[in-house]
Amino acid sequence: MQNQKTQGEDRNLPPANDPLAIELRKICKRFGQVQANRNIDLQVQPGTIHGIVGENGAGKSTLMSILYGFYQADSGEILINGKPTKIKSSRDAIDSGIGMVHQHFMLVETFTVLENVLLGAEQSAMLDKSESNAREVLEHLSAEYQLSVPLDAITGELPVGQQQRTEILKALYRNAEILILDEPTGVLTPQEADQLFRVLQALKDRGVTIILITHKLREIMDITDNVSVLRLGEIVSTQRTADTSTAALAELMVGRKLETQHFEKIDNPDGENGIEVHNLTVKDDRGLTRIDNISFNVKRGEIVGIAGVAGNGQSTLLEVLAGIQSPGSGEFVINGHNVTSTTAISPKEMREIGVQHVPEDRLRLGLIKSFSAAESSVLGYQNRKKFNWRMFLNIRSIRTACKKLMQAFDVRPPDPKLKSSSFSGGNQQKLILARELDQSPSVLLVGQPTRGVDIGAIELIHQKIIEIRDANCAVLLVSVELDEIMTLSDRILVMFEGRIVGTMKGSDADKTTLGLMMANAMDDAA
Amino acid sequence: MSTSNVELPAWIEVVLIPVLNICLALFFAGLIIFAIGESPLEAVSIMLNGAFGYDEGVGYTLYYTTNFIFTGLAVAIAFHARLFNIGGEGQAYIGGLGVGLVFLLLDGYLPTILLLPIGIIAAALFGAAWAFIPAWLQAYRGSHIVITTIMFNFIASAVMVYLLVNVLIRPGSMSPETREFSQSTWMPFMHEMLAVVGIDVTRTPLNLSFILALVCCLLVWIYIWKTRWGYALRTAGQSEAAAVYAGIKPKRIIIITMCISGALAGMVAVNEVMGVHHRVILNFTAGYGFTGIAVALMGRNHPVGIILASLLFGVLYQGGAELAFEMPKITREMVVAIQGLIILFSGALALMLRPAMVKIWLAIKPAQAVAQHG
Repeated sequence: MQNQKTQGEDRNLPPANDPLAIELRKICKRFGQVQANRNIDLQVQPGTIHGIVGENGAGKSTLMSILYGFYQADSGEILINGKPTKIKSSRDAIDSGIGMVHQHFMLVETFTVLENVLLGAEQSAMLDKSESNAREVLEHLSAEYQLSVPLDAITGELPVGQQQRTEILKALYRNAEILILDEPTGVLTPQEADQLFRVLQALKDRGVTIILITHKLREIMDITDNVSVLRLGEIVSTQRTADTSTAALAELMVGRKLETQHFEKIDNPDGENGIEVHNLTVKDDRGLTRIDNISFNVKRGEIVGIAGVAGNGQSTLLEVLAGIQSPGSGEFVINGHNVTSTTAISPKEMREIGVQHVPEDRLRLGLIKSFSAAESSVLGYQNRKKFNWRMFLNIRSIRTACKKLMQAFDVRPPDPKLKSSSFSGGNQQKLILARELDQSPSVLLVGQPTRGVDIGAIELIHQKIIEIRDANCAVLLVSVELDEIMTLSDRILVMFEGRIVGTMKGSDADKTTLGLMMANAMDDAA
Repeated sequence: MSTSNVELPAWIEVVLIPVLNICLALFFAGLIIFAIGESPLEAVSIMLNGAFGYDEGVGYTLYYTTNFIFTGLAVAIAFHARLFNIGGEGQAYIGGLGVGLVFLLLDGYLPTILLLPIGIIAAALFGAAWAFIPAWLQAYRGSHIVITTIMFNFIASAVMVYLLVNVLIRPGSMSPETREFSQSTWMPFMHEMLAVVGIDVTRTPLNLSFILALVCCLLVWIYIWKTRWGYALRTAGQSEAAAVYAGIKPKRIIIITMCISGALAGMVAVNEVMGVHHRVILNFTAGYGFTGIAVALMGRNHPVGIILASLLFGVLYQGGAELAFEMPKITREMVVAIQGLIILFSGALALMLRPAMVKIWLAIKPAQAVAQHG
């Protein structure tokens, strides 16, 4: 670790005559036992795009929250444009010219774009005047930065890419000269991401300083000028992007060398069908079609990956197959059991017939944050004989079983009594995966297995999913991470607005084609 | 800075903060007493003496405590399933109706050994039934349980007035109450039971229901934390989506939990109707159901906390009555105001001191951690 640190510091950044846009000096922040940020020194040159990478829990978000006034540092100094600045609230941050685009947008979905931009920056009690002023300014801004957004559209009805632009406009309207973007591409298709990068480039050319927080190293390489790596709350390296590589950055992030994962693809599995879906259509409570007449199959010993931008029906599909939602019309056969809307199978019965489900949203579905790890490790299996004695839960056998799961999947710390919420995302996910795989499923439904999981844990999770495939389990994988889909899947289906719009073999999948399919733009491209 | 996600050790969370809250409430109560020209210290000593100073005081204190334990548990168990049962008052009232009906029918025919359990079961069943309707409406029709349970308090009250005035009233009587039940239905008084083993205490309303309340605490604790049903209940309370994922039916949890909650509230009738009045009278619930909300809040929805909080409210009721008697300047209303302050500080403002405690704790804690490692 010492070596890397000096290595990073050796490559001095070019001296600039202008004052630094942002300079952080010895920023420390502690939450209870956890030192989230330790002696952070960061220098951001004006008019550059500065990338900040790090695993989950490395302290990126804390650092940006300090910069944006959500938290205050325990010690240390912040200099904006060379001036020492106290940032006690986001209002102070905005006044200092800092704008932030959050990972989860801070927009009122029922407002128009214009109203959202105005919110909190109204110039008088009567809105009319502010609105006409704002409209003028925004039209000017949109033209200048190629940020076209329909100002009078209802925000919630716009695609995510445009909602994100609204956030950027919001920041620019407040005269932001420094823009912080937190994981901006998580919800975008590759094409939308490219558009965003063009916007960022335009902003940079006009002198805006941009801080880009991401865990996607490819983006860092593509667009940033300088990059800082955070690990365990410390900056372990700051260097010019041109001087480094994805492999080197990944190594700095994790603190050890990473093997590139490569798994054998199975082109023509000869097993029988584990899942067969025929003409399935599902509508939600509001009558919107979530799944639109889809049919596909998953064979035993095969991983079928569902690619697509979040919100195109993948989540509904998983929940329907897991018995959580009722199938509307159509039917599916899962592990030999026929399911229609009249012969539904409950989640409880699904577990009993060997269909296991690792849910997409682990904090909402997969475990209970306030439960101990032991209690969470029997979620869904709490009625099993081995965990009960007469009317009582057998906490001792639950703890023993949990301990075993933790050892098998390297869950750290291996303490069944610890609260579920005290574990990092990766360890929570490993525990859930361990719980479900322990049942030796013959059909496995997996949603976003590595969302918010650090690189080290991703390796193990991928390994385990491949292992269960090789044990002749039919695996349906839903993920918004295209890299993950491509690494694991033997066959890839692309979903768009509830339909399957494309299929590819895992062995000859390529990102561009998949990206076009995800945006349903294959015809345009052809 | 947000401190709600910082964990504090249990002793700060469940002992220190509640105690500080009570001290704050007493401080403001003291200011009021001081303002009207009485000595706050003397008032406190009268209160404590009235509650604990002699055996009759103790008896009354524990008698009130019994009611608070029942209603506090009722609110707490519902709360673990994230249901806010405001209807304890009505459920207790209807529980009394159950006791009244079975005893009016049966008290001449059965022996005490059968009548007591039948009375308890009737109170529980009627209380549960009164909670079942709002529960069903919540689970299957989406009517908010807070609204429906509040409304059901009024309905219970109206129904009871009607029944006591027109149907169940003792023939020839002018006051709206049933006839007195035969002595075979009476819950044994504590002073009677102690007399049997040779201990002589003053006659008070304290009766066997107090033991029943403690048993209920134990049962509720076991149910919530030691059984798979409690596991399902807590899961549904924490995340409905997770419950569905885990094969638990949230609607069923709502119904079952509310029925248990209603049954616990109905037990107030065991203490009041079977234990003290030996007849059904108007408004025997006297607000215990509402105070149960404060008790549960203060007791952090844990049976042990509820026992302690119930005891505190028992002291306030009994000691407060004594205070109004001893200090003429302090009226009954003043005592209610003091109770209100305690409810305000330990209920509504329960978390007011927490951020400060978190800061202090974080300032002290690292030093300890470093000391341990070094």
